[in-house]
Amino acid sequence: MDSRKPTGDYEVIIGMEVHAQLDTKSKMFCGCRADVFGAEPNTLVCPVCLGMPGVLPVINRRAVECTIMTGLALNCSIAEFSRFARKNYNYPDLVKGYQISQYELPLCHNGWLEIEADDTTKRVRIERVHLEEDTGKLFHMGTYSLVDYNRSGVPLMEIVSEPDMRSAAEAYAYLTKLRQILRYLGVSSGDMEKGAMRCEVNVSLRPAGTETLGTKVEIKNLNSFRSVKMALEYEIQRQAEILDKGGTVEQVTMGWDEERQRTVVQRSKEFAHDYRYFPEPDLPPLEISREWVAEIRAQLPELPDAKCDRFVAQYGLSVYDATVLSAEREVADYFENCVALYPQAKTVANWISGEIFRRMNEAGLSITEIKVTPQGLAGLLNLVEKGAINLNTARRVFIEMLESGRSAEAIVAEQGLAQMSDIETLERIVDEVLAANPDQVQQYLAGKETVARWLVGQVMKATQGKANPQLVNKSLSEKLQALQRLREDKKSATHL
Amino acid sequence: MKLTREEVEHIAELAKIGLTEEEKALFQEQLSAILEYAEMLQRVDTSAIPPTATVLPLRNVMRPDEPHPSLPREDVLANAPQSEDGCFRVKVILES
Repeated sequence: MDSRKPTGDYEVIIGMEVHAQLDTKSKMFCGCRADVFGAEPNTLVCPVCLGMPGVLPVINRRAVECTIMTGLALNCSIAEFSRFARKNYNYPDLVKGYQISQYELPLCHNGWLEIEADDTTKRVRIERVHLEEDTGKLFHMGTYSLVDYNRSGVPLMEIVSEPDMRSAAEAYAYLTKLRQILRYLGVSSGDMEKGAMRCEVNVSLRPAGTETLGTKVEIKNLNSFRSVKMALEYEIQRQAEILDKGGTVEQVTMGWDEERQRTVVQRSKEFAHDYRYFPEPDLPPLEISREWVAEIRAQLPELPDAKCDRFVAQYGLSVYDATVLSAEREVADYFENCVALYPQAKTVANWISGEIFRRMNEAGLSITEIKVTPQGLAGLLNLVEKGAINLNTARRVFIEMLESGRSAEAIVAEQGLAQMSDIETLERIVDEVLAANPDQVQQYLAGKETVARWLVGQVMKATQGKANPQLVNKSLSEKLQALQRLREDKKSATHL
Repeated sequence: MKLTREEVEHIAELAKIGLTEEEKALFQEQLSAILEYAEMLQRVDTSAIPPTATVLPLRNVMRPDEPHPSLPREDVLANAPQSEDGCFRVKVILES
């Protein structure tokens, strides 16, 4: 791939449709549980989501709220009047022969999302955000297929961008930012691997400087952020090569073949889909009062960009640190809860992006799942601050805290890890170390000063790492200098 | 308004039903007759009537987001012509 660069001078046009499952408790139009991932097939279904004759759907209020909230976060206008529509098509994963979706009156429209890619910031316009129901799931068994309808009726939010992205990197940035916002809002897990977020991209090329859009190709079956980027890079290259040879790009739907790392034609669009949309007669329309919108707006959390800016202004963090800490809402909350108890923001930031992230990565845990709470971390850092333990001990205690979930104070007290700052005891141990290592002392006196560090290590070892390192350094260098003077005195005495 | 044969084939394709040549001719006549009957509505002057999707006075019928028990799986699959491993078994679905 890398050796094949686009040969012509084309402008790339990318638009994206993202489907996100909403994290509601119940389904879109019935009371079946909506957290269907991993459930036994066909155990979370009822006459409504099975499309039995004579049933009536009822709109889940929370799903509407989640969608409006997303629209507000994406700077959209919220419709005053909105309704559902039937999208008609036949497929075995669709029980009723139609999907309840929205068509001409979506809940939200005309928004934008700011993204950063290729060192620039730009706005990608959002055409619409609407609400619909998910379909069942098919398992292809070779000579037949199996259907599980658990997913049927799970609320699905569709977010459609304008064709404003100009590179695979921008598309990747858009998708990442969108997911971050959905997670911040708590409306969707955005987990692509679990199918909670799905993405379809449209991509076309046109000679740079021209205005007419080229033939667009739709790519489906993108199951990860990485595959979105790879598929786009592949497809841009493919189309550029066709155009270079003077050919024309066919309007087709492609799928991404993860194994072969290439896009493959799924179906040719000989005629456009004919979904025969019409207003859903079973669902009265929605009149969305401005009071309701204001209520939802009041529930909007601080969004990532605003939080990042505030972290820089309020805590004096670098933009890099602030970006890392605001990437996920839970991490940002953890940071702020900890700083409230231990107000040295930079130290807290370093511990989170160092020790805490390492643990999260190793154990595959989220920050809310690890056993060290923000209070716990603040307690540990306060012990270091007071001089009760040194930094090395703090790291040991931290590991202990991760295992047991106990407080730093309790671990330090129980294991006698408090820093040894008693001068007399330390001096006695330094004397013992010097007496036990005459060879090293001689090396030092002979001018090999690096031996001093080794001797410090011996003292730390003798105290199980508890000695106050500043005091050890001071005592050791005083004693070594005294020995040095003694030696020089002796030398001059013999010369006399 | 008379439907063309191609339109009948298109409708059959959307409904996923196969038609014989005789059926195509038959439905071409029958569907056209239905359309012609409905066409009478075109003669009504609707210039002063706003487009209406529902005649019910209802608005904002919503329910709280509360989960309820689902159906037992035996009931779910009771009428399925074929089932396997808790799933509905259907004919092979061609992806392309």
